[in-house]
Amino acid sequence: MKILVVEDDPETAAYLAKGLNESGYTVDRCGDGREGLYLASSGGYSAIVLDRMLPGMDGLQLLGALRASEIRTPALILSALGSVDDRVKGLRAGGDDYLVKPFAFSELLARLEALLRRGSSAPATTRLRVADLELDLLTRTVRRAGKSIDLLPREFRLLEYMMRNAGHVVTRTMLLEHVWDYHFDPQTNVIDVHVSRLRQKIDKSFDSPLLHTVRGAGYCLRPAE
Amino acid sequence: MATDKLILPAARPRPWRLPVLANLRRLVGTHAFRLAALYFAVFALSVLGVLLFVYWTSADFVERQTEATLNAEVTGLAEQYAQRGLSGLVQVVAARSAGNRGDRMLYLVTDPQGRPLAGNIAGWPKGAPARAGWVSFTIAARSKGTLERDPARGALFIIPGGYRLLVGRDISDAAAFRNRVRETLSWAGLVALGIGLVGGAAMSRNLLRRVEEVNRTSERVMEGHLSDRVPMGGTGDEFDQLAQNLNRMLDQIERLMTAMREVTDNVAHDLKTPLSRLRARLELALLAPADEAGGIAAIGAAIEEADRLLATFNALLSIAEAESGAPRRAAQPLELGQLARAAAELYEPVAEEKGFRMSIAAEPGVVIRGDRHLLSQVLANLFDNALKYAGGGDISVRVFRAAGRAILEVADRGPGIAERDREVVFDRFVRLEPSRSTPGNGLGLSLVRAVARLHDGIVELGDNKPGLNVRLDFPELVK
Repeated sequence: MKILVVEDDPETAAYLAKGLNESGYTVDRCGDGREGLYLASSGGYSAIVLDRMLPGMDGLQLLGALRASEIRTPALILSALGSVDDRVKGLRAGGDDYLVKPFAFSELLARLEALLRRGSSAPATTRLRVADLELDLLTRTVRRAGKSIDLLPREFRLLEYMMRNAGHVVTRTMLLEHVWDYHFDPQTNVIDVHVSRLRQKIDKSFDSPLLHTVRGAGYCLRPAE
Repeated sequence: MATDKLILPAARPRPWRLPVLANLRRLVGTHAFRLAALYFAVFALSVLGVLLFVYWTSADFVERQTEATLNAEVTGLAEQYAQRGLSGLVQVVAARSAGNRGDRMLYLVTDPQGRPLAGNIAGWPKGAPARAGWVSFTIAARSKGTLERDPARGALFIIPGGYRLLVGRDISDAAAFRNRVRETLSWAGLVALGIGLVGGAAMSRNLLRRVEEVNRTSERVMEGHLSDRVPMGGTGDEFDQLAQNLNRMLDQIERLMTAMREVTDNVAHDLKTPLSRLRARLELALLAPADEAGGIAAIGAAIEEADRLLATFNALLSIAEAESGAPRRAAQPLELGQLARAAAELYEPVAEEKGFRMSIAAEPGVVIRGDRHLLSQVLANLFDNALKYAGGGDISVRVFRAAGRAILEVADRGPGIAERDREVVFDRFVRLEPSRSTPGNGLGLSLVRAVARLHDGIVELGDNKPGLNVRLDFPELVK
């Protein structure tokens, strides 16, 4: 899969390219807004990582022009501007996700992969399944190995988000944003406690754990190897 | 060509070289002067109009009076002539000429050759034509010692047979009156114009002076004298209002500048410590052999330190954003109970794990207008603080209405904050003595207050006996 990185700071761009290469992606780099628009329009990219402030053409303008010409390549906006207003502006301009600088590469990768999955196949589904864990969105019930599991509403949404991203790392910030819709970092490990409670319910009385902690990054829901 | 720009015409005299002229030019260039000039022009025109009107009406009145007298006289003489013929006319004229009646009437009857037959004029007056009709002429003044010629006006009739009759009146009085009027009015006009000129100049000078004060202060402030203020006239007029508004603006600017300087100082001071720690850890990692666990651990610790620094920066930016008071698009009606429940729900598990009990008592329907993200962060900061400092016990959240205000309280059972410290803890980077060893950046309550102020709210720290009670007081949104 080919990723376009439009970033004018050479160090950040090199860091992104290196990380993405190591994660198995082909990366094209460019440091200028207009050139970025040209490359993005010529197509062939699975996703775009776009800096907001660029020489030649602002990142949001670039996105606007791209979306106006019906090119729907998922785009992740990088920006030093982190207020809610700035996020909203970025997403309105056609961005699919917004990441505030500085960021951990694991965070960027997790978000980028979430975008790639969303772009490829998202048939309307009412039932999610990971190994023997089943979540029914209509009846709002969860079963594992045929046994019903009682979840609080928030735990249900937490599990739903993790199942939708099964097999991939989700960060604490992603959980806070998507499950709670909060855009700040609490000083206390609130997310960890929520996840460990969920783990108690879905993993404790079963042989193979599904919910794994990824050190220094976040969590991953996947069948044990 | 570049040289064109450099060569100045040396011969041309510099205009307005004298200071007086420079002042004059400056005066002419001002709005106040143009206003005064316009005022003066209108004033002068109306004075001139009034004076001309007065002059014409009074002059006209005198002239009409003369004509009426002459007409009466002529009618009388015409009757005499009709009844008694030429000789009768001559007799009447002679009789009337003889009496010095003081009415300055002039009579003259002559034969066709212009030789006088009767009358009080010695000969045919110079300049009077020999045609019937109204005539103006002059006569030798008889009353005064020196020889003068008085103006006169009269009617000339040609009687059948070529005889002529001139009935006139010495109008030197009328002329004198008219001159007098003209003179008086001219003086009045001059005085009025003088007053107008002085008044206009005074008005423009006064106006100019007030504007100059504003300009001078602005220049001083721009030069860096931030505490200078525009002097007030004390009359409460528009200029005072302008001065007041400008002064308020300057107060605000000064306050912001001071706050910014303090923040910069604090940031420089308080970020140096974690940065040096970060540097030390990286140095350790560099010294340790790459494959050794110690090196990896040092790098991990360095990343953690960097993350804390980033969190501090984010907190500072949030505070700055809230303090800038920019109108927020994200503001919406928020039910405080719901907001508090959602935030408490996030913290409940961790609180329980640390040995706290969280409880919420929320009066329903207490709504304010606000930014959900910022207010949630405020709650998160308060919960973080309670979890960090209280050690255990109840954390109670209360939402209620008091005197038309929406109140949100978060209380714990910890050590509380001593009364003397309750103001200073809101400042950035302030951490009280016993808490210095715990992790934290001293920015939590600064954000709480900045967000409260952004929502026109007040934050107060109180005693929960024991513990800390944080009370947020917002204007309630009334539907």
